[in-house]
Amino acid sequence: MSVDSATVRKIASLARIAVSDAEAEALAPELSKILGLVEQLSEVDTTGIAPLAAVVPNHLRLRDDVVTDGDIRDKILKNAPQAEHGFFAVPKVIE
Amino acid sequence: MTELTNLTVAGIRDGFRNGDFTAREVAEGFIGQVEGARALNAFIIETPDHAIAAAEAADRGRAVGEFGALSGVPMGIKDLFCTEGYQTTAASHILEGFVPTYESTVTAKLFGAGAGMLGKLNMDQFAMGSSNETSAFGNVISPWRRNNGDGAALAPGGSSGGSSAAIAARLCPAATGTDTGGSIRQPAAFTGISGIKPTYGRCSRWGIVAFASSLDQAGPMARDVRDCAILLEVMTGFDPRDSTSLDLPVPNWQAALSGDLKGKRIGIPKEYRVDGMPPEIEALWQQGIAWMKDAGAEIVDVSLPHTKYALPAYYIIAPAEASSNLARYDGVRYGQRELPDGAGLQDMYAATRAAGFGDEVKRRIMIGTYVLSAGYYDAYYTQAQKVRALIARDFEQAWTKCDMLLTPTAPSAAFGLGEKQADPIAMYLNDVFTVPASLAGLPAMSVPAGLDSQGLPLGLQIIGKPLDEQGVLDAGLAIEERAGFTARAGKWW
Repeated sequence: MSVDSATVRKIASLARIAVSDAEAEALAPELSKILGLVEQLSEVDTTGIAPLAAVVPNHLRLRDDVVTDGDIRDKILKNAPQAEHGFFAVPKVIE
Repeated sequence: MTELTNLTVAGIRDGFRNGDFTAREVAEGFIGQVEGARALNAFIIETPDHAIAAAEAADRGRAVGEFGALSGVPMGIKDLFCTEGYQTTAASHILEGFVPTYESTVTAKLFGAGAGMLGKLNMDQFAMGSSNETSAFGNVISPWRRNNGDGAALAPGGSSGGSSAAIAARLCPAATGTDTGGSIRQPAAFTGISGIKPTYGRCSRWGIVAFASSLDQAGPMARDVRDCAILLEVMTGFDPRDSTSLDLPVPNWQAALSGDLKGKRIGIPKEYRVDGMPPEIEALWQQGIAWMKDAGAEIVDVSLPHTKYALPAYYIIAPAEASSNLARYDGVRYGQRELPDGAGLQDMYAATRAAGFGDEVKRRIMIGTYVLSAGYYDAYYTQAQKVRALIARDFEQAWTKCDMLLTPTAPSAAFGLGEKQADPIAMYLNDVFTVPASLAGLPAMSVPAGLDSQGLPLGLQIIGKPLDEQGVLDAGLAIEERAGFTARAGKWW
């Protein structure tokens, strides 16, 4: 499978990464090469094999439904690029 | 003071306890080494205040007879571990200036045991790389050079390249690493040191910047096997804050350490011979087999038939998980924000991520996004997870015939910086021997075993059964005792 620059622009848009047309042109052969490598997997017969998502048998634990932390608003906001009035500030999203 | 910086973790720990020197003397010795080696670019930030404070606490403790397992031992910390009050960047511009308000579980355990931090170690950006060339803070230069006098700057391996370079250059006696597809073992092999990735789930991932969560695992890097055992005992253990943390007691690996392999069967997987592998690597492997026999082990040939599919499966699964994990870097909650004039929220996300992520990180996020996108998910991602199951099954079948596997760690010695950058695939092939154990979650370690004809270190890898870190460490010790690896990089920096 080889990807063209239009596909690269679509993937980049899904991934929320701005790319210029020149960057999309440059990325297309690079991504195609990597996809060429991973496409070898299609030759493996995996009939009847269950996908492995976790290597250790994972029994998700439940904890008591109680508050374990909190009151750390300032800590949470400390690294925000822009924090105002105790909130994360972002550009206007409603026109 | 130079002599103190030649000591191992065990040597520092014991000498400090015996009163041979103070923790402060040790810390100052290493701080001097760090300051004198900036040409290696091993550290992103230096934190002498942390190392001194820990040393003073250790000295005060000694005065009243109180010792932690790592009292008096200064360490380097890979910049993937969140350290409270100290910048943590994952070597990415997007996290530049991020100062965590919390401490990762692994570093909290190390510091709680008395260790101090000399600085945050450089690495491949978000741990994506095998040569430390993807860092936003510049390449780490290996202290090693070829013996032909060409003076070429060599890669320290990656992604834990700052860790490996710093230990090999005696800037710290030990460091933390993380290993997703070989990021502890390959840099250890490239620089003539030891490093172990424990069974997935032994070390808590809490507070470690995530790359591929089903693969990421922390581990120690140090100069010898005993030091790795000492550090591993401190770094591992159950953590309720990591849903994949293993709720098991931590064995006393250090006390049980033995290079006697009588009764052990060592498997030699025939698929770990790749085209173009230098004859020196093959010769070293044969030497390793002879050492295993000498240590009393029985050698058995085994087959891991799906080995060649490990890299392709890895380069679907790891980028897929990365594309999901790295979605959090959006310029809102932490790190850098790029806000072009008049940009809306979506434009801000895209501009922030374009400016903040390096090229390799973008490549992997896009590959991950592609293989998870509608219409491709089953053909790529589900198929890769099925192949992962087959790779894990290969190992399970091998364990019916043997207790551990012996392989080379990497298909070559260290290469020159810039030599493989043009071709991502050539770079990925570096991890061909380390990725399978990562996919199966198995404990694996690299120990230095010899030098090639250019005078560069080569490592051998031991892969063990789940939870059998003891077997891995013991076999590593058996190699170490026989290899007598004492070579070190000549000081040029």
